Amino acid sequence: MTALLEVEDLRVAYGKVEAVKGISFSVEEGQAVTLIGTNGAGKTTTLHTLSGLLTPSGGRVRFAGQDLAGVPAHKVVALGLAHSPEGRHIFPRLTVEENLLLGAFLRKDADGIADDTERAYTLFPRLRERRIQPAGTLSGGEQQMLAMARALMCRPRLLMLDEPSMGLSPIMMKKIMATVAELKATGTTILLVEQNARAALSLADQAYVMETGRVVLSGSGERLLHDDSVRKAYLGEE
Amino acid sequence: MTFTDFLQLLTDGLVLGSMYGLIAVGYTMVYGILQIINFAHGEIFMLGGFGALFAYAWVPALHEISLWAALPVMLVVGVLVSVTAAVAAERFTYRPLRNAPRLAPLITAIGLSLFLQQVVFNFFTLPGESMGITAPVPFPQLDGGPLRLGGVTVSYAAILTLVVAAGAMTGLTYFVGRTRTGRAMQATAQDPKTARLMGIDTDRVIVVAFAVGAVLAAVACLTQGLRLGSISYNMGFIAGLKGFTAAVLGGIGNIRGAMLGGVVLGVAESLASGLLPHLPSLQMFGGSVWKDVWAFVILIVVLLIRPQGLLGERIADRA
Repeated sequence: MTALLEVEDLRVAYGKVEAVKGISFSVEEGQAVTLIGTNGAGKTTTLHTLSGLLTPSGGRVRFAGQDLAGVPAHKVVALGLAHSPEGRHIFPRLTVEENLLLGAFLRKDADGIADDTERAYTLFPRLRERRIQPAGTLSGGEQQMLAMARALMCRPRLLMLDEPSMGLSPIMMKKIMATVAELKATGTTILLVEQNARAALSLADQAYVMETGRVVLSGSGERLLHDDSVRKAYLGEE
Repeated sequence: MTFTDFLQLLTDGLVLGSMYGLIAVGYTMVYGILQIINFAHGEIFMLGGFGALFAYAWVPALHEISLWAALPVMLVVGVLVSVTAAVAAERFTYRPLRNAPRLAPLITAIGLSLFLQQVVFNFFTLPGESMGITAPVPFPQLDGGPLRLGGVTVSYAAILTLVVAAGAMTGLTYFVGRTRTGRAMQATAQDPKTARLMGIDTDRVIVVAFAVGAVLAAVACLTQGLRLGSISYNMGFIAGLKGFTAAVLGGIGNIRGAMLGGVVLGVAESLASGLLPHLPSLQMFGGSVWKDVWAFVILIVVLLIRPQGLLGERIADRA
């Protein structure tokens, strides 16, 4: 069986500086996979490359059996690869609902979009309360909910979440990670980039540790959670 | 100076301002998305007038019917010329410079302005005349004398300007706020990278922004030709400057602001040049010679008090 997403020897460079130096990993349908690592390890660069915002300098990416080389960002999402970017990037001067509808920009099925909007509001009741408010007036946690809900609006086959808990209060962080677990439980395939390694590893089927552009360790989330080097470097344990 | 005279100045200002507003929208839409000032927009405006005149001059059938009936044909040709020039300018000059330093597209725009002026100057030809133009070219005029409403005199061309500007703004508001492409445009203006993640082809959105601005500019030039009776190859310079000023005055990036900025500018110009000659100590600053000075004085004062323009958002609101 071939995986939904297959990344092989992926390389990405900013000018002469190589940020991702040949990484390989895969995500199977229904799995939650996480990339963890410190700042500058190349995690966000990897996601940006997968969604077509950056062009790789080498390697291969196959998604749902299709080679993503040369596919522009706005066509990647049509294949079912949704990206909730780091820093949330909601559209600040559009309302919450307009933001959600932009997530379904490529869909033509009005009924299906209405159903999914309703589902988003059920998943995040806070967003329903604020649906006609400009998204820029939401709190950080609410903006994160909106970014995730918006990414779900295209009915993705793979949901990529970049640092969903970044800059949130501990309570909000817990809430967001619980939602990620809930999405996984309902069958959403997830590729998660997270600095909160403990939370990420706890829910991941498979995890990859990145350091300065390379995958230095991989294994099941459970295994890495108990790996000595991971515990020291990323979980703050002695 | 009677109250009727005042109303007359106000009306003239409103007409002039509506035209400035139509030009300003083109500046503001492109700026809103790309953060560049398309200084060639004045020439896109000028090309609309010459396109319309070209159709009128070379299609004899249009002379047989009333100018009102010929106008739609002239408008279509003028719009086509402007849109073609604007889209080509985006594709071949601005797009290759998308990631260049800010100054590069700016200088390119100035070069493009001169280029487009010279193309018209050297190659625009009227039937039976040699190639190229030197003096302003006469523009066909609408039949029927000016209307008198109360004591205020308004030409048909002036009324047409107001109607067209109001119609264009209504259409544009609907387009940006209610259509799929309009929403894509707003998203692209606010966060272009994320807009692409939504599946929006931002290159296409940019082309649409240039094209819509060109349509309104062509319409504006047609109304100016009808009002003033002639057009010239270099008319885009001052018109473009006024349109840009209106866009900044209203808050660059804001479409309603562009129209408001245009009207404020037009009315201020008209009042300043018409009222000042009646004030004993200020009469030397009145008259049409000074109207451009007053237009820019208004701009400077507004920007000192409200740097973001009348309807502009504070920079902090821009993500």
